Amino acid sequence: MIAYILRRALYAIPILIGVNLLTFWLFFVVNTPEDMARMHLGMKRVTPEAVQSWKAERGYDKPLLFNGEAAGLGTLSETIFFEKSLKLFVFDFGRSDSGRDIGYDISQRMWPSLAIALPVLIMGLLTTISIALFIVLFRGSYIDISAVVVAVAMMSISGLFYIIGGQWLVGKLWHLVPISGYDTGLDAVKFLVLPVIIGVISGLGGGIRMYRTLFIEEINKDYVRTARAKGLSENAVLFGHVLRNAMIPILTMVVAAIPLLFIGSLVTEAFFGIPGLGSYTIDAIQTQDFAIVRAMVFLGSALYILGLLLTDISYTLVDPRVRLS
Amino acid sequence: MLILWTDALIFLLVGLGLAYALLARGQEHMRAPWRKVVRSRVGLGALVVLSFYIGIGLLDSIHYRATDAKGVESGEVHSVFDWLAEPLRTRQEKTYSAPLAIHLYAKETIEENGVSRRDYPRLEHAGAHLPDLAAARAEQWRLAFIGLGWGLLIWLVLLGLLVVRLAFKQSLSLGQSLAQLARGQCEIPWRTGLGVLLLMLLLSGLSWQLGQHYHLLGTDKVGEDVFYQALKSIRTGLVIGTLTTLVMLPAALLLGLMAGYFRGWIDDVIQYLYTTLNSIPGVLLIAAAVLMLNLYMDNHADQFNSLVERADMRLLFLCLILGITSWTGLCRLLRGEALKLRELDYVQAAQAMGVNPFVILWRHLLPNVSHIVLITLVLDFSGLVLAEAVLSYVNIGVDPTTYSWGNMINSARLEMARDPLVWWSLLASLLFMFSLVLAANLFADVVRDAFDPRLRNESR
Repeated sequence: MIAYILRRALYAIPILIGVNLLTFWLFFVVNTPEDMARMHLGMKRVTPEAVQSWKAERGYDKPLLFNGEAAGLGTLSETIFFEKSLKLFVFDFGRSDSGRDIGYDISQRMWPSLAIALPVLIMGLLTTISIALFIVLFRGSYIDISAVVVAVAMMSISGLFYIIGGQWLVGKLWHLVPISGYDTGLDAVKFLVLPVIIGVISGLGGGIRMYRTLFIEEINKDYVRTARAKGLSENAVLFGHVLRNAMIPILTMVVAAIPLLFIGSLVTEAFFGIPGLGSYTIDAIQTQDFAIVRAMVFLGSALYILGLLLTDISYTLVDPRVRLS
Repeated sequence: MLILWTDALIFLLVGLGLAYALLARGQEHMRAPWRKVVRSRVGLGALVVLSFYIGIGLLDSIHYRATDAKGVESGEVHSVFDWLAEPLRTRQEKTYSAPLAIHLYAKETIEENGVSRRDYPRLEHAGAHLPDLAAARAEQWRLAFIGLGWGLLIWLVLLGLLVVRLAFKQSLSLGQSLAQLARGQCEIPWRTGLGVLLLMLLLSGLSWQLGQHYHLLGTDKVGEDVFYQALKSIRTGLVIGTLTTLVMLPAALLLGLMAGYFRGWIDDVIQYLYTTLNSIPGVLLIAAAVLMLNLYMDNHADQFNSLVERADMRLLFLCLILGITSWTGLCRLLRGEALKLRELDYVQAAQAMGVNPFVILWRHLLPNVSHIVLITLVLDFSGLVLAEAVLSYVNIGVDPTTYSWGNMINSARLEMARDPLVWWSLLASLLFMFSLVLAANLFADVVRDAFDPRLRNESR
């Protein structure tokens, strides 16, 4: 088991290297640090000295890959590639273009993101699965057909409208909760209620349809026929057999999503003014802070790969048929 | 004539579609699934709605350099659709006005005969010749009925043509054929299709008549007609939804089939490539790439002749980036399919005869994965249209000068805080996006059910 996990973990390293090279290419080769400096200092009237000092302040004045002026190992380590890209591997994100410590910001901001994403995941899963099971109980009837129609219609509405509509209805018309903002401790709850509810509702359409298909696929399998032939009631078949077997794909999907919860949602956090990683990324995009976007890209892929790893492990734990070789 | 990059690709896509249709006409196994699509009520209804959208999108994709009254090029780029919708485009007001209003939305100080008072100023174009609101409402009702009448008339003509054709084909009398149609007894569900068509024609007639003289969905902050913006956004939505897959299709096909067919180190390299790309969360990759693109465009402004070309390049590039993020799924599917296909007898036979491997890919593998490509293309469409809105909302989508539903929402969201609320931009983008995405979702379901061989024999 441990050997298997180790092997899977080792497999992640070349992928992370690939991601790292890709971000390096995107952020330093496609556009040089010179271009970035010009962009931040204004395009037209900018002196070479100002560009030079902007680059020096942020450590962008070193050569890209090879430093001929330094001695010994310094030829490789005193370069942008080493300082800005390789250090990401030890989660040393350095400083943002505005001079803040990115690592500290991320460690502060991941909790509000999680405070929204985790309840959305859990409540969303519970509601969609129970509704989907209810529909499957009545499969082929008008309840089923109309539920699918409603689900498709709900899927066709842009997530932006759920947020705008929810804010307008609950926040502005009914004055139930504040429209946006955040607070520390338990006071945060009143700011979290609305985004969580909207997050659950906007995922409902797609979720119901997906789980319905999943359950119906499961129902057509042989073991269900056997269970029915034994004379079990429809409820016993559905909850005792179908749901338990369908839990395997559901579980693996959920496990893969967990690490990415830290990243948060760009749009939800921006709309509700939640100081999480999503709005952190949005702010970085708006102010064109390349260092933060670079750090987030790397962090995002690292978490995604962690999710894949967890999926593999949970799969082997849940489904005895999967061998570890 | 002026051909933008996206125009060229759109017409390439249309050409490919026509070539496919010609090819499919003669081949029973390709016609059968399409027959199934058209014979489903949902499929035909969605197709009617989609064809209205596609029609507007295509009209909006034929561009030319505009000339002013003296025949001198003004430097603006217009499309055939702009020319058709001339009154919508040129009737610019000062600022916000509500749908079908004849006054501006906010009070202003008006100077009249030396006396100044606070009131809602009249609009410059909508109903300016009418004395008051009551007269305008009366005229709007009149126009609405004329529009509905036109819609009904065109529908009746089309209905007549269809009845004649059906009667001729089955050698029935016209009355019998009409009765058959009304009872819904035809193989193709004409009744549903005609119902949806009537609805669309009535709406088109109504908006055509009212839109010429009034602002059907109001005006935005700078006084531009919201209905016009929503119509112009159709092209952007369609481009994002279709070209994204098209742009990445050659690479996905080649790499996916090669990985599955050759296996070995080629497979490893290609798998590594798409696993790496796939492991970057889509939004972040798009954000990084678009940021870099903006920087590049600012630094190389001389490479783009006009704002339109610049916006067009940005749109195309967005398609490319979105394609890269959605490409991995298709590539993985194709690899899996190629792994299965390579073991089949006819592929083995071709190998034994010493056929060039790329000829085998082209002749024996490609036709057998075409249904996967088609299903992916159709299934991805609605998601991409929705993604455009979200991306434009966070400023990493299309160029701010491009008309798109995302940009409409983005500029309208600040008005949410206003009292009274300016809601018509949001409503317009919601309605247009919803009907397109809903039609596309329903159509995609029917296409998938018809083309997926695993589902073909199941009764659902």
